[in-house]
Amino acid sequence: MPEASPQVLSATHVLEYPYTRSVGPVIGRFLTALRERRIEGVRGSDGRVIVPAVEYDPVTSEPTGDFVEVGQSGVVTTWAWVYQPRPKHPLDQPFAWALVRLDGADTAMLHAVDAGNPSRMRTGMRVRVRWRAETVGEIQDIECFEPEDPA
Amino acid sequence: MTEPRTEPVRKIRTPIRLDYTMTAGEAQSRFLRQIANRKIFGQRCPECEKVYVPPRGSCPTCGIATRDEVELADQGTVTTFCIVNIPFAGAAVEVPYVCASVLLDGADITLFHLVQEVPVDEVRMGMRVEAVWVPPEERGPTLQSIKHFRPTGEPDAPYDAYKDRM
Repeated sequence: MPEASPQVLSATHVLEYPYTRSVGPVIGRFLTALRERRIEGVRGSDGRVIVPAVEYDPVTSEPTGDFVEVGQSGVVTTWAWVYQPRPKHPLDQPFAWALVRLDGADTAMLHAVDAGNPSRMRTGMRVRVRWRAETVGEIQDIECFEPEDPA
Repeated sequence: MTEPRTEPVRKIRTPIRLDYTMTAGEAQSRFLRQIANRKIFGQRCPECEKVYVPPRGSCPTCGIATRDEVELADQGTVTTFCIVNIPFAGAAVEVPYVCASVLLDGADITLFHLVQEVPVDEVRMGMRVEAVWVPPEERGPTLQSIKHFRPTGEPDAPYDAYKDRM
């Protein structure tokens, strides 16, 4: 029987798919609005305002209707604190993933809240958008949300 | 940003990237170190006596550890192959090229590698091939130490010689 090798080899291995996806007219308009630092939703078949804009009503499957601009502040409906951000996370420091229902919207969208500390987070808290310095037309144009109340 | 800012957004880049650290394990580490010395070693199952290359340290059929090392020839037989006609980002070889399962003499499972130095439409099942090694200074613990396989010019192996080892 051969002697066991004292060392086991290891190496880095990167798997990468360089996808580009076309966004279609509805999400395209939502992203175009983000580039202009506006947030747009669409009206669903029962009149609810859905944000981010979607092409079809998630309840009735009907095509969605008019675009509606919503506010840049809103309410946290639920959240989870990230103690150790991963390299691809939107913020380098600990933050919350949260569902944020913007003023004028009837649905909540997922984004990051830069609250500094989990003790500042609570369901029902008010947050507002922090825009990225240069907007290009993608969801990361919203850098994150931040608490409206001073720390 | 290439699109003018007045144009509506039509597409977004959504790359997916996974950063792995691959650990070869003891059996494959030994195999790879020997590859760097221009030697190909497999492992024989003590129960069914199949020779696995590259070795994984166990026999998947018998479910037992494989410790006996067996040196294999750097020659073998093409059992099956495909001709790649579609280029893709990051490919090391120009299309068309052949990827083949090579049954090394003495082994019971095939090794997947390139077959070159032959027109792609002449590659066939049963073709006898040999390893072309990279120069010593480029050799390392990687299967890329074998540049590719090429025909030996020997007569084809009969189907019965490899039909159970596809």
